[in-house]
Parts: sequence; structure tokens; C-alpha cells
Amino acid sequence: MLGAARCIVHRDLLLALRRRSDVATALLFFVIVTSLFPLGVGTEPDLLRSIAPGVIWVAALLSCMLSLGRLFAADHADGTLEQLLLSAAPLGVIAAAKAFAHWLVAGLPLVLIAPLIALQYDLPAPLYPVLALSLLLGTPVLSLIGAIGAALTLGLRGGGVLLSLLVLPLYVPVLIMGAGSVDMAAAGLAPDGQLLLLAALLIVAAAFAPWAIAAALRISAE
Amino acid sequence: MLEAAELECARGGRVLFRALSFALRGGELLRLAGPNGSGKTSLLRILCGLLAPAGGEVRWQGTPIRRLREDYAKQLVYIGHAPAVKDDLTAAENLAITCRLAGLAVSSRTVQHALDRFGLPHDRVPARRLSQGQRRRAALARLALSEPLPLWLLDEPFAALDASAIGLVEALIDAYVARGGSVVFTSHQEPKRGTAQVIDLSGAPA
Repeated sequence: MLGAARCIVHRDLLLALRRRSDVATALLFFVIVTSLFPLGVGTEPDLLRSIAPGVIWVAALLSCMLSLGRLFAADHADGTLEQLLLSAAPLGVIAAAKAFAHWLVAGLPLVLIAPLIALQYDLPAPLYPVLALSLLLGTPVLSLIGAIGAALTLGLRGGGVLLSLLVLPLYVPVLIMGAGSVDMAAAGLAPDGQLLLLAALLIVAAAFAPWAIAAALRISAE
Repeated sequence: MLEAAELECARGGRVLFRALSFALRGGELLRLAGPNGSGKTSLLRILCGLLAPAGGEVRWQGTPIRRLREDYAKQLVYIGHAPAVKDDLTAAENLAITCRLAGLAVSSRTVQHALDRFGLPHDRVPARRLSQGQRRRAALARLALSEPLPLWLLDEPFAALDASAIGLVEALIDAYVARGGSVVFTSHQEPKRGTAQVIDLSGAPA
């Protein structure tokens, strides 16, 4: 069972490695969107410091959305999705592995690059670990919830737009807790409460999302 | 072993077949015949559990496959219309990954051996560069490693293949059936050797 999960993660990472441009576009999108704000709203340091958490988090949501459309669509098009549905491991395990591989490729790079982005917003150094930690806890939730939407809209015409309409509202709690934790820390308060809520969201999503993804995939594949 | 009871299938508001029942034991070969659009692929997808029938059920060793799920899926090989070959991976990587997901233990040596039998290149050529027929061969190379599984469901296994590959697949199927495996396949062509059973879907209700 774990062998199948490892096999899927290995396969998806190998595919990402062979198509590096797909990974780079999502990451570049994140970098460019977050760089546009200082150019647009001016260089007032106080203003930049106060909008930084929200801007970085919104850009992370959008960047994550970009790669979601491809999550199952490629497998659906070449027939490998049918083989995944007929694999020897429970479909929930396969779905969890797909979402984890998506996070490794689309979420983890954002976590690593976020402190660098925070630099151009003149965010105080003690906030960097809070920002990175909030993204580390929050981005896997984005991948898990997003995968449900990707599975539901599989094979639909105009699925990309529908996917955003379906998934972005569900991202709201993650956005509020994620950006909120950095805001709390900026105000000199302990961000523990928000971070713990994010961790709780992650645990709930990790426990239930794979089975929802599996059910959605079964419907879409018929 | 495989039993279909009163199967009914409707696609796009049209009934393709109804009250279709048959049983397949080990060592039997079943060919699904019928014109395009008569429901051969749908029946095959129902048999492997990808598609839910509008009525009736499929049973594996007496248990409905809806309840068995992956316990049933790990007993079978399904090769569908789409070759299920990833363009960015080599033929060897594709084969190894497909087999591992199906729960088969494979080593790089057995994978190379299967690729050799199907005349596929070993080098690091991504499947994107393979021809249509070679891609089909890459999908079917799985059969050479799937002898431990008791059921093969093959959708148009001979399509897009040349004479030598058709001979190879036929030989694999014959050897597999002789050892007690069950095969259901769809094909337009009448096979050279007589098959044990044929289900003709052309007479199904319109």
C-alpha cells in the first residue's frame, strides 16, 4: 500500500523533473505577482509591511490554483487515470499520494522562497519563521482541497474557470488563518493560536480529503 | 470465477444492451463482438469496475465487484483504448510503474526482458518519440509480466499492431489461457483460431 503511494510520488516527481517549465511557471507567477504590489502601491514602508502577509498569501493561493488543472487532467487524457483507479492500493491512498506530490512541486517551493519575497516588503526578520511556518502548514491544505476540485471538474469544458470558482471560496479559512498568524506576530502577539488552527485544518483535510478525491475521481472516470 | 448477471448498460439515453448474463471460468477465452457503438468497450469497463452498470451486477468468485474494489482490481489487467503510456517517461519506466501500481513485483531485469520480447528500445527515449504502434506495444508489454494475475480484460488488443506483434500477443494469450487464465477481449477481426465463447452485441435492443 505504501509502495503504491511511493510509486505515485516518485512518478509525479519524475514527470515534474522532465517538464521543469510547468513547475517554473507557477513559481515565477508567485514571484512576479508579489513583486507587482510594491510597484503598484508605492514604496511607503509602513504600508508595505502591513499588506505583506495578505499579499503573499493571496499570491500563494493563486499560484497553487495554476497547477491544479493539470493534477489529474494529464492522467485522464492518456489513460493512466484508469490504471490508477484499477491499482492494487485503495484509491484514497493513491489520491493522497497525488496531492502530496502536488504539494512537493507546487507548495514547498513557495514556502522556501517566501522569506526572500518578504524581504522586498521590508518585513521584520522575526516574522520570517512565522510566515514560512504558516505557509508550511497551509499549502498542503491548498493541495488537498484543490485536488477535490480538480477531480470534480475533470473532463468538463471550461473546467479551469469552474475549478477556481469552486476551490477559491474553500481556501478562505486557510487564507484568514495564514495571513492572520503573521499579522498577530507583527502586532507583537503570539501567533500560536492561528498556527494551531492551521495545523488542525491540515489534519482534518489530510484525513478526509483523500476519500473525497477518490469518490470524485470514480464519478469523473465513468 | 467471473460472472455477469442481468447486466444492463445505457449510454447517452440509449440502451446498449440489457439482460446480459454469462460466466467465465479459468482457462476460458471470451470475445466481445459487434459493430462500433454497440457497447463492447462499455461492457469491458463494467467488467473491470470503472463503469457502474445501469442494472445487474458483476461478481468475482461469487462476491459483487462493487464490494471488492481494489481486492478485485489487483486480480486483473485492463488495457483500454488509451495506451496509458506517459509521454515524458521511457518505455521501461512506464512499464515498471504500471506493474508496481498493479501490485506486481518487477525488477529491472524482468522489465528489460518484456521490452525485448516486444521489440522496444532500451535507451532513454521518452515515449513521446515512439510511433503509434510502438506505444501500443509498450502498453501491451505489460501482458508479458502479468501472468500471475487471473483475469485479463483487453480492449482491441490487436489495433494498430503489425503482424509480428499480433502474433506475439496471440501467443501470450494462448499460453496464458492454457495455464488457466481467463481473458475477455474485444475485436472486430475473427481470430485465426476458434475462440471458446463469443458474445455478439449487435443483436442488442436499440
